[in-house]
Amino acid sequence: MAYSEKTRTAYQEDLKGIEDAGLFKKERFIHAPQNAEIEVEFPEGSALKSVINMCANNYLGLSGNQEVIDAAHAGLDSRGYGMSSVRFICGTQDIHRELEQKMTEFLGTEDTILFPSCMDANAGVFEAVLNEEDVMIADRLVHASIIDGMRLCKAMNDSYKHSDMKHLEKKLILHQDKRNRLIITDGVFSMDGDLAKLDEIVALAEKYDAMVFVDESHASGFIGRTGRGTHEHCGVLGKIDIVTTTFGKALGGASGGCVSGRRELVELCRQKARPYLFSNTVAPVIVSGTLRVMEIVSGSTERRDKLEENTTYWRQLLDDAGFDVKSGDSPIVPVMLYNAKLAQDVATDLFAEGIYAVGFFFPVVPQGQARIRTQLSAAHEKHHLDKAIAAFTTVGEKYGILGLGKQELIEKFGM
Amino acid sequence: MEDIKETVLEYVQDEYLEEDDDREVEMDTPLISGGIVDSFSMVSLKRFLENKYGIQIPDSDATPEAFDSVEKIAVLVERFLDA
Ligand SMILES: Cc1ncc(COP(=O)(O)O)c(C=O)c1O
Repeated sequence: MAYSEKTRTAYQEDLKGIEDAGLFKKERFIHAPQNAEIEVEFPEGSALKSVINMCANNYLGLSGNQEVIDAAHAGLDSRGYGMSSVRFICGTQDIHRELEQKMTEFLGTEDTILFPSCMDANAGVFEAVLNEEDVMIADRLVHASIIDGMRLCKAMNDSYKHSDMKHLEKKLILHQDKRNRLIITDGVFSMDGDLAKLDEIVALAEKYDAMVFVDESHASGFIGRTGRGTHEHCGVLGKIDIVTTTFGKALGGASGGCVSGRRELVELCRQKARPYLFSNTVAPVIVSGTLRVMEIVSGSTERRDKLEENTTYWRQLLDDAGFDVKSGDSPIVPVMLYNAKLAQDVATDLFAEGIYAVGFFFPVVPQGQARIRTQLSAAHEKHHLDKAIAAFTTVGEKYGILGLGKQELIEKFGM
Repeated sequence: MEDIKETVLEYVQDEYLEEDDDREVEMDTPLISGGIVDSFSMVSLKRFLENKYGIQIPDSDATPEAFDSVEKIAVLVERFLDA
């Protein structure tokens, strides 16, 4: 027997180590579609509790949207449940190509290829388009899936300090002798909610002959005047060489992702990207639902406008109540607490008050940067946010944190 | 040797510490085992040294151990300067 008692004990100790470090993650069971208000079973076995959801990536409120559900049903009836094949054998339907064309148009690129997820897109794209003669220069706060993708690629890797354009420029100069330079960044950074300076990045790329890669997972559908993303916000539509994004957040929230960009780079992914070649095609039901999502977001800015209003309103409420909030232009609004235990305690108390928000601490964010990350949705109504701020205020008073700035919070609770 | 140490120290401080960083780097601070330089970004440190001193450090010598402090890095550079 290979899984001996000794082996089992060793793994149990690994798990205990995670628990002892306070890093053990427990899932909460939601007995409803994703929405602004949900019924949650937590801890396991307890009665259902109705809470306001402040931690979903359901930015546009489309995850439980009836039109999207109807389109998914229609797709299920007309194109079936599964394809039982990767794309290049017999897994490509007309609607897969239709969604790719729709994304190309929406993102303002030359071509698009679907992936099972954006994690897979990021895991596959670098290896498909770069080799030993190239260099990847990434912002130090890029998403974990990008780091994994860079590890799988033979090109040299380097990094620049978060959004530090002087540092990026130094790196571009250092690597002038490489065949290709690829600058890599998130459009919206998921932990801080800040936006990449894509206008400056594109200018540097032009000056130093580099390509630009942007992960738009937390931007597609709502950042920019018509929701096309960070490149629209920064006025550089059409100038990004590789965009990756997910259908698993604002764009319906089911699953799937894509690489969109220069025609040759997309074609290289179709020929070479391993998560594309060796993983099953996106299910027709998801493609059909996402096509409807893209019609909705291309047809009207109503949802992204409401999201923006909600964000402004929520930021103001937090500010007025005296919380230390990271500033930014996205619906990711981090309430800074700095101390990990405090972040966990506040999140637990918020849940008791009917607010579902999660504390983030090391290693997800740097040491001493613990926070509650709140995320807005177009599904939120003002009354949800009013109720949420009442709960935040009650909990804030309990810990005596209202009105305290960074230094005061750190003095009172430690890092 | 002192010159090399100073140059490497300055580069490491500049490259890996943030402006409001509470950590400090000195000549013998463990860089990789201390979590200041991850093995991922060691590549650019190696490239900096090679460009700066006009040397080639083979991958087999560019180990995490050899890069673990400013002092050790200076020893390594010196070895290839002499070679
Ligand atoms: C920036 C970023 N990229 C990629 C992903 C992965 O997306 P997917 O869920 O489609 O794999 C995420 C989601 O966590 C993300 O935040």
